[in-house]
Amino acid sequence: MKSDLLRDLQSLLGDAAVLHRPEELLLYEYDGSVEIARPTCVVFPRTTAEVQGIVQLANRYQTPLIGRGAGTGLSGGALARHGGILVVFSRMNRILDIDIDNQRATVQPGVVNSDLSAAVAHAGLHFAPDPSSQKACTIGGNVSENSGGPHTLAYGVTTNHTLALEAVLPTGELIRIGSPALDPTGYDLLGLFVGSEGTLALVTEITVKLTRLPETIKTLLAIFETLDDATETVVDITARGITPAACEMLDGWTLRAVEAYVHAGFPLDCAAVLLLEVDGLTEAAEQHAEDVAEICRRHHAREVRVARDAPERDLLWKGRKNAFGAVGRLSPTYYVQDGVIPRTKLPVTLRRIDEIGKKHGFQIGNIFHAGDGNLHPLILFDARDPEQFRRVIAASDEIIKFCLEMGGSITGEHGVGMEKDRLMPLLFTDAELEVMRRVRDAFNPTGILNPGKIFPTKKGCGEIHVRPLPQSVATTGFTVA
Amino acid sequence: MTPAGTVAHSRLADLVGLQRVVADPAQLAAYEIDGLRPSAALQPESAAQIAEIIKFAGSEKLGVIAAGGRTKLNMGLPPKRYDLALDMSSLNKIISYDPGDLTLSVEPGLRLALLGEALAKHRQFLPLTVPYHARTTIGGTIASGVDGPLRQFYGTARDFLLGVEFVTGEGVPAKSGGRVVKNVTGYDIHKLMIGALGTLGVITRLNFKTFPVPSATRGFVARFPTALQACDMRNRIARSHLTPLTLDILSSSVTEIFESDIASRFESEPLPPNVLSRTEWALSAGFAGSEKVRERYLADLQRITAASGGSGILVPEETLAAAFARKREFVPITLDSSPAATIVRMSVLPARIADALTFAQNAAEANSLRWAALARGLGIIYFALLPTGLNDQGRQRIQNATNSIHDACAKLGGQSTIPWCPTPWKTSLKVWGPENPSFPQMRKIKNVFDPRGVLSPGRFVGGL
Repeated sequence: MKSDLLRDLQSLLGDAAVLHRPEELLLYEYDGSVEIARPTCVVFPRTTAEVQGIVQLANRYQTPLIGRGAGTGLSGGALARHGGILVVFSRMNRILDIDIDNQRATVQPGVVNSDLSAAVAHAGLHFAPDPSSQKACTIGGNVSENSGGPHTLAYGVTTNHTLALEAVLPTGELIRIGSPALDPTGYDLLGLFVGSEGTLALVTEITVKLTRLPETIKTLLAIFETLDDATETVVDITARGITPAACEMLDGWTLRAVEAYVHAGFPLDCAAVLLLEVDGLTEAAEQHAEDVAEICRRHHAREVRVARDAPERDLLWKGRKNAFGAVGRLSPTYYVQDGVIPRTKLPVTLRRIDEIGKKHGFQIGNIFHAGDGNLHPLILFDARDPEQFRRVIAASDEIIKFCLEMGGSITGEHGVGMEKDRLMPLLFTDAELEVMRRVRDAFNPTGILNPGKIFPTKKGCGEIHVRPLPQSVATTGFTVA
Repeated sequence: MTPAGTVAHSRLADLVGLQRVVADPAQLAAYEIDGLRPSAALQPESAAQIAEIIKFAGSEKLGVIAAGGRTKLNMGLPPKRYDLALDMSSLNKIISYDPGDLTLSVEPGLRLALLGEALAKHRQFLPLTVPYHARTTIGGTIASGVDGPLRQFYGTARDFLLGVEFVTGEGVPAKSGGRVVKNVTGYDIHKLMIGALGTLGVITRLNFKTFPVPSATRGFVARFPTALQACDMRNRIARSHLTPLTLDILSSSVTEIFESDIASRFESEPLPPNVLSRTEWALSAGFAGSEKVRERYLADLQRITAASGGSGILVPEETLAAAFARKREFVPITLDSSPAATIVRMSVLPARIADALTFAQNAAEANSLRWAALARGLGIIYFALLPTGLNDQGRQRIQNATNSIHDACAKLGGQSTIPWCPTPWKTSLKVWGPENPSFPQMRKIKNVFDPRGVLSPGRFVGGL
């Protein structure tokens, strides 16, 4: 017998837009993180009205509601931590409007990040936020997580490129916030909603800025014999007033893993490489490329390669973009951290990460956005071994705590989600978390939307405001044939 | 409302010390907002003291307004209650500054000009080139949300404010964001504080990303017979690969104001001759870089100027600062240019600037009002209406004109407010623009941060 909720969802959306069999739900237990949580069911709305209908049903059945794009998130933000309806936006994937003159686009949340850039490339424009998952991740997901990417060093993160949202509050209310014109009157609601990790509203429409593609791009690869030389180069480039469009670092171990996979011609015997990009007006980019190369050499770069054309540039980037895939070939599982530190603390922090890896017996690869101090240590482990899983979390926590000691933060771009909620008290007092909780409760008063995220769970499940699920709903996903 | 003088001064002295309570009526006049004088001004020295003051105010149902340089307290609606002024000028330290990391943490009472000097020693700066630059504080700049010409390239405070510490309307010290340039930990509450006129919290600390000072800045001015041509040039620049630091369009009427004695109150160096014209619109663009880069800019700007049907010149280097200062101080200069100056701030899509200017010009002229306009290339327009007198006729004309401009902006898909107008007119004008569809959401926010209505009560949108 079908549960009432499933029947109502199917009648609202059609049978093809509702998944509920265990084998159908398997995929949706995961995102890009190591977290796992199974939803009760998965739905695929096509319109804002359908999203509103789903929200009404979730309220009627007091079932958690979780928004999801492509599921590439790295902190469990789009996982159904306490079960419930997973609202997947992949069928709301239309680009609604492109306004070339004003450099604006309005999209549905399921539009894939790189598809928008492709759609406006003919006009010399692009959507600047470029997470490494940009060929799969959705703009709705980018907005929820305030996603970054390699080029956010110069171009900013998603919040700097988002202008207006249409969203459905968990109460069912449809709201529009922000404006395609700048500086909307009143409180910066948009600034609050972007990056709220799906805990305030389900976003159904997004207006973004489009950025002009640079006239000239210069991509450099600098090869270093020591990690310290590479990190000190980063500090020096920033101190000299040059803001590269991207400044990525791979350590020697990661580089060897990458080379074995992509055969891009990376050196196998170095300690680190910096992938640097400068762009802009031809005259400025050429000058900056020379300046950057000079700084690299001053810090004992063994070699500085400059891409001569687009294919060479793509080859240099291929290593960076395929790094996670390359590491995936070497280990059953890896854990990606996302700590942030002041750039000047890069050398000491990398040394500390190396020590932490040795202490816990893990290989840690480092591949990260060096220019803004956003670290992504990759800890290789076997998730099938519970003891390893426990130790990898311990090692990861040590890294994060060291980042905080350096004046940094626990997440630069991946979000808190269900991965780092327990670490929030390291940064915020109870009173500060209470202020944030009240912000959430103002828009998500029953806690029905994306419960179990961002905020540390209090003992006795006090965190989750929604009542325990009715038995029929809680078991639906597992019992219905 | 608490009548002036009824707040027990002894209680206030307990909170901050007797020497930090201003109760002398003559001194309190300096803290007046829209004609309202507080019964005391307090000069706290710490966030902890501020928290105690706010708790006290909450229990006594007092209204508290924080003030820095006291240059923009006339923005917004008149306060519903104003019992205590919080004079933030003692909280004026640079808490930390790491030039190598390009990050900065400051107290709100620090004057922007002094902060600029400290950063300049390391050839860095904050791109907050806002009006009242000599007197304004960093806290006031953020709380008022004013912008400056450099937003064309650097964006606004929301793009480089990394974190804020503040005291809520319930006296709870809290924070948001952090001190690193990239951070997604928790809600971005600090963005809510920008432009909130102190209605959500008393800012006690601000963290910023700093920027290297661009090398060899130059200024270019193109002049055109019509606004349409100036806007055409703006559109051509937007389609080019040029990324100027500033890009502003000035009406011909601005020239006379910028040449006047009033302007020299804000910038003593004279305006360079023959740069602006009293009969032509101007597009002013700033750029910087190596010699090759500057040559490229100049050549491209000259070519684009010609294509748009104007004539362009490079602003003489030695007069660039004086010219830039006037552009930065457009608001205070025009406010002083009429006994009842009213400034409408319009925001439209960049390609609609010409339409918005036409609407506003027609609205002004239909009501026999002198006007002057400065439009940022990104679509923000400061449209100053300059009546000849603070009288009923002036009020009626301003009311008609501003209502027309509000309507026009709404039709263009933008928005408009009246950040500056004479206090007596605030009740007849739509200071915060037409009804705001987001108001219910804003009220939720206000209720979270200041449920008792202690902070800047009544000044914000819809009387929040």
